[in-house]
Amino acid sequence: MLDAARLRADFPLLARQDHGRRLVYLDNAATTQKPEAVLHAIADYYRTTNANVHRGAYSLAIRATEAYEAARAKLAGFVNAWTPEGVVFTRGTTEAINLVAGSYGRAHVGRGDTIVVTAMDHHSNLVPWQILCQEKGATLRMVEITEDGRIDLSDFGTALERRPKIVAFPYVSNALGTVNPAAQLTRLAHAVGAVVVVDGAQATPHLKVDVRALDCDFYALSGHKMLAPMGSGALVAKPELLEVMPPYHGGGEMISRVFDDHSTYNKIPHKFEAGTPNVEGAVGLAAAIDYLGAIGLERVAEHEQALAQAAIDQLTQIDGVTVYGPRGHRAGVVSFTYGDIHPHDIATILDQDGVCIRAGHHCTQPLMRRLNVPATARASFYIYNDLDDVAALAGSLVKAGALFGYVPA
Amino acid sequence: MDTSPPEPRLSALYQELILDHYRRPRNKGALEGATHSVSLNNPLCGDEIDLQLRVDDAVIRDVRFIGRGCSISQASASMMTQLLKDRTVPQALALAAQMSAMMQGDESAAKDKALGDLRALAGVSKFPVRIKCALLPWNALTDAVKP
Repeated sequence: MLDAARLRADFPLLARQDHGRRLVYLDNAATTQKPEAVLHAIADYYRTTNANVHRGAYSLAIRATEAYEAARAKLAGFVNAWTPEGVVFTRGTTEAINLVAGSYGRAHVGRGDTIVVTAMDHHSNLVPWQILCQEKGATLRMVEITEDGRIDLSDFGTALERRPKIVAFPYVSNALGTVNPAAQLTRLAHAVGAVVVVDGAQATPHLKVDVRALDCDFYALSGHKMLAPMGSGALVAKPELLEVMPPYHGGGEMISRVFDDHSTYNKIPHKFEAGTPNVEGAVGLAAAIDYLGAIGLERVAEHEQALAQAAIDQLTQIDGVTVYGPRGHRAGVVSFTYGDIHPHDIATILDQDGVCIRAGHHCTQPLMRRLNVPATARASFYIYNDLDDVAALAGSLVKAGALFGYVPA
Repeated sequence: MDTSPPEPRLSALYQELILDHYRRPRNKGALEGATHSVSLNNPLCGDEIDLQLRVDDAVIRDVRFIGRGCSISQASASMMTQLLKDRTVPQALALAAQMSAMMQGDESAAKDKALGDLRALAGVSKFPVRIKCALLPWNALTDAVKP
């Protein structure tokens, strides 16, 4: 396992005390904390480099542009993108998926076509497709999940018989921690001629991603879930697809020549980056990639797997606790319920011990309906968490049990 | 240095009376012959309430609810229905105002016997994110009876 205590020292927020206790931050699937290196990179950018990119002829603007494009190249290397031009900076995963739906989808999906999603997709990889299907008169087909929280491969195969135009799924489930066989699903979808959109929000921070090995067509990711600032993220795509896609947002930067009544568009990726981009976000993301790279994503995955396993072991020993999602190989996300204690009550009680967890539907209402629960409590781990945090979670949960009469007070 | 405000007490929040109403809700289920009904939910946390009333001559003759959610929202709904039967609409709205004042930390409201069992929810005022849970059924009531 990683030396989490040493890593925690790099995170100013985690050094804070609340009611005399250290913070046990277990909501990393929602967003991660930021290390000093990222905070410094952002401040340093504004202190030494800030100017608008791709516009100025002066050396400061050139340096800002270089920093922005260097971040793009770094991210391209991090996920093994086809080319840096195939990396479009976005506000995050949600915007990246909306870009695919709004550009590729609107151009290629028509009446009677099918788009396939799964019952474990986050609303951000579901609602854009619902909107597109409603607009085009297309059909949305949701693939079911198995009892133990995996994509039902047999139902996936049945869905593909409709020869969908687009197949979308999450690499890692934000609510269950399931690591989906993304390369296999992509192969199957390609075999029927579909274009594949992978929601990488929960995978990119936690395991070594290689988009070329996955061979998906579009891969969406968020910076803020991997130590980088909020509002940073990207769509990583096969460049030949981006080349022929119509623009998404119109404005500055994305144009080549503007006439009174029409325009020609810039080259990729700039064609999809209308307006002044989030340069500090890109610079912060590059710093986060350096930080994670120094640790190694294989070790990050190993660390989280160990914490998730310890959490599952300890939570399932508490009478009345149900843990959702697969056993064995999974990401560091542990969703659970405890008897009839509503997850919001659990979250309030844990908060009194400085334990931060998420309670709710996790933007996966179709999944919650299938699990037959209105909500779950969710603990999600990252590099700075350790076994003490798992023990704090379990200990605080016993306290919740006592308040609700499950264990003797 | 720890500059955080004093810690609110959990035991004040999760009193036995609240858990009793949560686990054995009063007046739960559909109401036959309802004249007014409102469904409200809290999209953030998923608490749901479907409040049904039979109002006759500006008097609430009967009230029941269907709902699911956290202990605070469901106990508040259960306690509220106990209180509303045979109240006039203006009386019911006055109770809603008292409840809202209690959630804002008004101590005289918290001592008002008119609120009955609901006084057990006074501790919620110390947990700002949970106030919306306690007020959900009351917001449904206000929506339902407003002219």
